[in-house]
Amino acid sequence: MEHVAHAAAELTPLAPHAVSYLWLIPFFPLVGAFINATMGVRLQRKFGKGLVHTISIGAMVLSFAVACGAFVQLFGLDSEHRFLQDTVWNMLTAGKVEVDLGFALDPLSMMMTLIITFIGTLIHVFSTGYMADEPSYWRFFSYLNLFVFSMLLLVMGDNFVLMFFGWEGVGLCSYLLIAFWYTDPQKAAAGMKAFVTNRFGDFGFILGLFLLFWAMGGAWNKSADGQLRYTEDVSQIANHTEDAMERIGHPPIKIGPTLNFRELRDQVVIQETGVAEHLKSQKMFGFGLLAVVGILFFVGAMGKSAQLPLHVWLPDAMAGPTPVSALIHAATMVTAGVYMVARLNFIFALSPAAMGWVAFVGALTALFAASIGFFQYDIKKVLAYSTVSQLGFMFIGVGVGAYWAGAYHLLTHAFFKATLFLGSGSVILGCHHEQDMRKMGGLGKLMPVTKWTYLIACWAIAGFPWASGFYSKDEILWKAFSQESMAFPLLGMTPHLGQLIYLMGIIAATGTSFYMFRSYYMTFTGEYRGGHGHDDHGHGHAHVPHESPLSITLVLVALATGALLAAVLGIPTAWSGAAPLLEHWLEPALPAVVHFVEYAHSTEFLFQAIGVSAGVIGWAAARALYKDNKSQVPAQLLARWKGAWTVVYNKYYVDELYQATILRGSVALARTLSWFDKNLVDGLVNLASAVARTFANIDGAIDRYLVDGAVNLVAGATLSAGRALRRVQTGRIQTYLYGAVVGAIALVLLNFIIR
Amino acid sequence: MTLTLNHFLVIGALLFGFGLLAVVTRRNAVAVLMGIELILNAANLNLVAFGRYVGGGVTGQVFSLFVIVLAAAEAAVGLAIILAIYQMLRNIDASQATTLKE
Repeated sequence: MEHVAHAAAELTPLAPHAVSYLWLIPFFPLVGAFINATMGVRLQRKFGKGLVHTISIGAMVLSFAVACGAFVQLFGLDSEHRFLQDTVWNMLTAGKVEVDLGFALDPLSMMMTLIITFIGTLIHVFSTGYMADEPSYWRFFSYLNLFVFSMLLLVMGDNFVLMFFGWEGVGLCSYLLIAFWYTDPQKAAAGMKAFVTNRFGDFGFILGLFLLFWAMGGAWNKSADGQLRYTEDVSQIANHTEDAMERIGHPPIKIGPTLNFRELRDQVVIQETGVAEHLKSQKMFGFGLLAVVGILFFVGAMGKSAQLPLHVWLPDAMAGPTPVSALIHAATMVTAGVYMVARLNFIFALSPAAMGWVAFVGALTALFAASIGFFQYDIKKVLAYSTVSQLGFMFIGVGVGAYWAGAYHLLTHAFFKATLFLGSGSVILGCHHEQDMRKMGGLGKLMPVTKWTYLIACWAIAGFPWASGFYSKDEILWKAFSQESMAFPLLGMTPHLGQLIYLMGIIAATGTSFYMFRSYYMTFTGEYRGGHGHDDHGHGHAHVPHESPLSITLVLVALATGALLAAVLGIPTAWSGAAPLLEHWLEPALPAVVHFVEYAHSTEFLFQAIGVSAGVIGWAAARALYKDNKSQVPAQLLARWKGAWTVVYNKYYVDELYQATILRGSVALARTLSWFDKNLVDGLVNLASAVARTFANIDGAIDRYLVDGAVNLVAGATLSAGRALRRVQTGRIQTYLYGAVVGAIALVLLNFIIR
Repeated sequence: MTLTLNHFLVIGALLFGFGLLAVVTRRNAVAVLMGIELILNAANLNLVAFGRYVGGGVTGQVFSLFVIVLAAAEAAVGLAIILAIYQMLRNIDASQATTLKE
């Protein structure tokens, strides 16, 4: 038993390989979204729905093709320097911080891009069948394309700003698509709930970003002291790259606040820069700054990836069309949080508290959501809680430092959960928009393709060997078990946190297997229980479910095949002796140094056996209780544990809790503030106005009576004087002359008198 | 009895008094004009008398000649104004020509 370094000992800065076509990958879906958004309604009226989905799918296919091209090129590069960079233009320069419209593909974002474009394309095809009766067909496809664009921006953007654009963009598209049938108030409300909950998470994300940026500022100043070996003036990099190559053996590293992931990685990962030490030493209110940053980033991930306690929006998001649930709320968008943590692995790995927090919340969510999944009757709700639970598994993976395992589970989950969702979509379509599993049953005979693909995906998610989910989930749980250097925030290092998380994970895995097979048995075995007598849809045709059209079944087969084949990427070292393919592929993108306890292979085999038996136990229990709808045990158990069942069935009343606390609280706060506003603030304002008015009245009186009085007096006197004197002026020249004569005589007389 | 300066001055003062009385009291504008002539002639008489008895020489006589010429011009202008007033008011009553007050 010894501690070994997980990553390679000598890390060098990445040397980006400049290309100029990466922008095409997100560009095609954007164009598709734009065409359908602006002209879709006319195209659909004039040329039919065919043209609308041709544009949309065409954009996806082109995007996927370019992504494949990029993959080939990336694959051809030296594995240390697999990094494609395409800087389109500079968006903003503030001092030494530059933000470019730049796309980058490293192995991690390449994996995400391929998942998004490939599964995205398949789901677009599926939608042509599923949404065939939809009048606003063009709107749907426009939103889907816009979503893919945002998601690609999120994973391909080479800096935080682009990532945040994408982050918000997918949130917007999620809102638009959940509330796609916005005339139904419940669905519109679900959309709003998703949006608002996500906004809350985004707040954490952006705060974390600010904090990290601020913390890096100190590192920059330190570099000015000349203490750091690789400090180079940024302005000189362009000119002196070759010099630097000769002096220090690799391109210079830009040190200081940056929004660019590659620059951030280089300066944090390479010890000689001192940035990692600097970050680790910083404190904030007594807490390690990195822990605060990590937890804040994770709050963002909690919102986007529906972790406790921000998970409430995801089950409600099932109000959207099923392809949306498959694409956004299973395969891609909800994994953005996992992607973000994996992308920032080098930051998280520096803080045991942040790691412990991520892993623990993930484990708690996995367990919590799995238990809710036990008793749901809505097939999509089961899958929704399953997604929340599986996302919890991914966070266990990235939390304990097994970043590649988290990313691998992301990949396998994308396949099997998309299969499950699309399978449920096929079932829902077959049962004429019935989602309640109690009204299904026996569909296996009627919908064989759907049944088999669903079953394969169930194997995968339950963790049966040879199906992909086994490898990813086992790797995650195994790494959780062998991780002993995690801390719990505020509690300090907690050596057995890994084991605790493993225990929670394995229980959740058993639960996963149980509820998935429960949904399978309830849906596909026994007798068909729906469509007897109550034809509330008013359809003319008989109420017998039928297999879905080719566009749906083909997609299901493709995805189920993917769910099986993805296993190849993760054959564990204990089996083959070599590192799993995906781990090897992702290695350059995940430079974080994480220590795991090394156990013998036999121990690993034992744990794999435990993992398999967990799946088998869940499966056996579900088979015993739900196969063919024969067993009376579920009903008896239900009657016996009615209270507990009600609590779990109502999702532990989390929504009600929010309703009672946050919603009621905000309403009460709003009321208080309104009262405060109305009585106190308005009172003050009114008082001020009353005082002012009194003064104004006094002033007005003074003005009116004193000042005006004086002015009027002068005017009046002048007026009356004028009026009096006017008589003198007769206009008769003789009168004037008379006056002059009298005056002259008077003067003469005066002259005599005075003398 | 010899004529002294005082005799001339008394006659001049009487002339002036009559002229002034005419100017101030007469309503006929021509009569007013005539009053002005009387006043001017009173002045002429005084000028000539002072020239004869006090100054010697011809200064007083020359002055009175100038005044006569002025009086002629004044009469011409005055009659023209009277004509204009007549055209406007259809009479030459000085008490009715009150437009000066405006």
